[in-house]
Amino acid sequence: MARFRVCPDAGFYFDKSAESLMKVNAVAGVVSLLVAGIMAVGVILTRWQEVHLLPADLFYQALTLHGINALIFWIIFFEIAILYFASSTLLRCRLAAPRWAWFGFLLMVIGAVMNNVAVFQGKSSVMMTSYAPMQAEPHFYLGLILFAVGALIGCFVFLGTLVLAKDDKTYEGSVPLVTFGALTACIIAVFTIASGAIILIPTYLWSIGYINHIDAEMYRLVWWGMGHSSQQINVAAHVSIWYLLAGILFGARPMSEKVSRGAFLLYILFLQLASAHHILVDPGISSEWKVFNTSYAMYLAVLASMIHGLTVPGSMEVAQRAKGLTKGLFEWLRKAPWSNPVFSGFFFSLIIFGFIGGITGVVMGTEQINLIIHNTIYVPAHFHATVAVGTTLAFMALTYLLIPVLFRRELFLPQIAKLQPYVFSAGMTLMILFMLGAGTLGVSRRHWDMDFTGAALSFEYPGTAYVMMAIAGIGGVLAIVGGAMYVIVTVGSLVLGKKLDASAGLLQSFGLSLSPGNYNVEIAEPLLMAPKLTVEEHGSAGFEAPGTFVLAMALLVCFVVYYFINWDYLASVWPLS
Amino acid sequence: MTSFLPPSERIWWKVPVGKQELVWIGIALVWCLFMFFMMPYWHLYGKQNLSNEAYQTTPAKFQARVDAMVEQFKVGEEAGMPVVRPPAGSDVYMLGRLWQWYPILELQKDQSYRLHLSSMDWQHGFSLQPVNINLQIVPGYEMVLTVTPDQAGEFAVVCNEFCGIGHHTMLGKISVMEN
Repeated sequence: MARFRVCPDAGFYFDKSAESLMKVNAVAGVVSLLVAGIMAVGVILTRWQEVHLLPADLFYQALTLHGINALIFWIIFFEIAILYFASSTLLRCRLAAPRWAWFGFLLMVIGAVMNNVAVFQGKSSVMMTSYAPMQAEPHFYLGLILFAVGALIGCFVFLGTLVLAKDDKTYEGSVPLVTFGALTACIIAVFTIASGAIILIPTYLWSIGYINHIDAEMYRLVWWGMGHSSQQINVAAHVSIWYLLAGILFGARPMSEKVSRGAFLLYILFLQLASAHHILVDPGISSEWKVFNTSYAMYLAVLASMIHGLTVPGSMEVAQRAKGLTKGLFEWLRKAPWSNPVFSGFFFSLIIFGFIGGITGVVMGTEQINLIIHNTIYVPAHFHATVAVGTTLAFMALTYLLIPVLFRRELFLPQIAKLQPYVFSAGMTLMILFMLGAGTLGVSRRHWDMDFTGAALSFEYPGTAYVMMAIAGIGGVLAIVGGAMYVIVTVGSLVLGKKLDASAGLLQSFGLSLSPGNYNVEIAEPLLMAPKLTVEEHGSAGFEAPGTFVLAMALLVCFVVYYFINWDYLASVWPLS
Repeated sequence: MTSFLPPSERIWWKVPVGKQELVWIGIALVWCLFMFFMMPYWHLYGKQNLSNEAYQTTPAKFQARVDAMVEQFKVGEEAGMPVVRPPAGSDVYMLGRLWQWYPILELQKDQSYRLHLSSMDWQHGFSLQPVNINLQIVPGYEMVLTVTPDQAGEFAVVCNEFCGIGHHTMLGKISVMEN
């Protein structure tokens, strides 16, 4: 029985069962993103105080749905698809235990639906964090637990596939860098899910009355072991996708395997410590603990991200220079395929993640600076730069690549696809910058009414805060338009896109295999090591990628300046000790 | 094309690293270490640090101490809430509950107070505005910090941790008097 299909365009080997699983996981992810996006309309138009669309109860409900669907369901469904791609497809190996993988997928779908139903019913508007002792309905927690178990099964299927590939010798030498990065994401995911189980299972038992008390601080400590770490899965996953896209678009080679893999290793060792970011102004936790953990033990995971920040665009620059784009510092970048949404999505994801998400994250994760930022709207501004642009836009860019390769359809409305990363990034950036500003003025996150209508006492935010929230509202609407463009292109392609294979019908778009004739490879050709490259210098002064180095130094300058501005701001508030 | 192919060298970890990457890693590492040591430095020389002094408590115990302070130092009422003027340097208390910060405090400028904070029910966020100092208030825990208001005027305590449908009505007040 032949099991592989070789993609005629990209040359990827798709194992029949892995292919179906990637499709269904990616589709489930996009459906979750759609729900999150619809809820985003209610959230942003309520926070825009002049519009103030929803009443309080619906606002908190929409915010809970937005958070969980965007931060958990969309991203993890899509990541499971990426894990299968990075193992089975990249290593040309059959997927281990496909039935378990289907079982895991089923659990994830049941869990996601159950959790959404709980919130839609109205008695579980507890935000994504569901901080005890605020209590949701039992099926809110049970849904999350089932989803997590399903994702854990997906992780083990990925690990099993790596073992199979090694045993069957489907590749020479070491696994590719992208697979190594996916393995990093998987290891972090296992840690994340374990933390989630440790806190959510007792919380579930508490919600049905078997346990009478959940310590609120313990809940925060352990919950963030899941809540923050789950975002670290994203970092590892989208950095891997950056390397993949740079490789596919430009034939880029990692500047140094050792450096890039070393940086992923730093993620595995240190990234999770950052769960401490959320409890820097909590009672009962010592400063020594906070300083060590919030800084990922001396910022070693930040170091890793700064390394990727150089090597990802650097590898692209080296490849472009090798093609003769050597004029000045930036010809390689100017002449990049800016009208290809795979490229523009990838590049905006990289830049906005680094310049906005990365810098704000480190600044607000500084123990003392957190005092002026904790729970202000600065916080969601930061994680929209990291997750909504960094991760989500990278996944969107990958989708445009996968539609022809995996789903065998041409892009529907390619002109819309071409504009999509621009609209989405512009909207997000506008929203993020002005939310950062409003947060600096003290505007709260997760807050229905800046006017405090109905409060016994009164307080007025400065007029600037209102202006900033209004501009953020406009940016948010633009970002939602960008998100809708993505959903239209994706769903449109799956349903109406021109078929690249006669058998790529509607059901095939949602998981079925193509006609049996496509799967004509029994045993894949072993994956050979990349060809050696003769060493050539294309840069100046021994710097292979001088343009990237200039960009990296620009990042560092922004970083340093912004860091000290915040210390200065902190120094102006009331003395505390 | 090696990002998704096995490395071209079997022993890839022995391939020397380029100068550009080494320089960048060096710069980045120095910056990371600088940022790390900035935090202990601020503990020694900066003025805005949390003491991290905290105690386990219960709502009833904490309430009793708040009530004792209110009884002893109450100077008036505003919006149905007692206004309390505790002596400079003393222990002052504020509790968060659905949906108020209780009581209203009157402090003196440039005097230090040991401020005790706790929650009676769910988690709350103590957000002093427009100064912009933000603390997490957790039920069962009593947080103690020494504050020295260095501005006079009226300050609001906004709740910035979601605490249910009345969250947006949860406002408290701290007034700071000139000496």
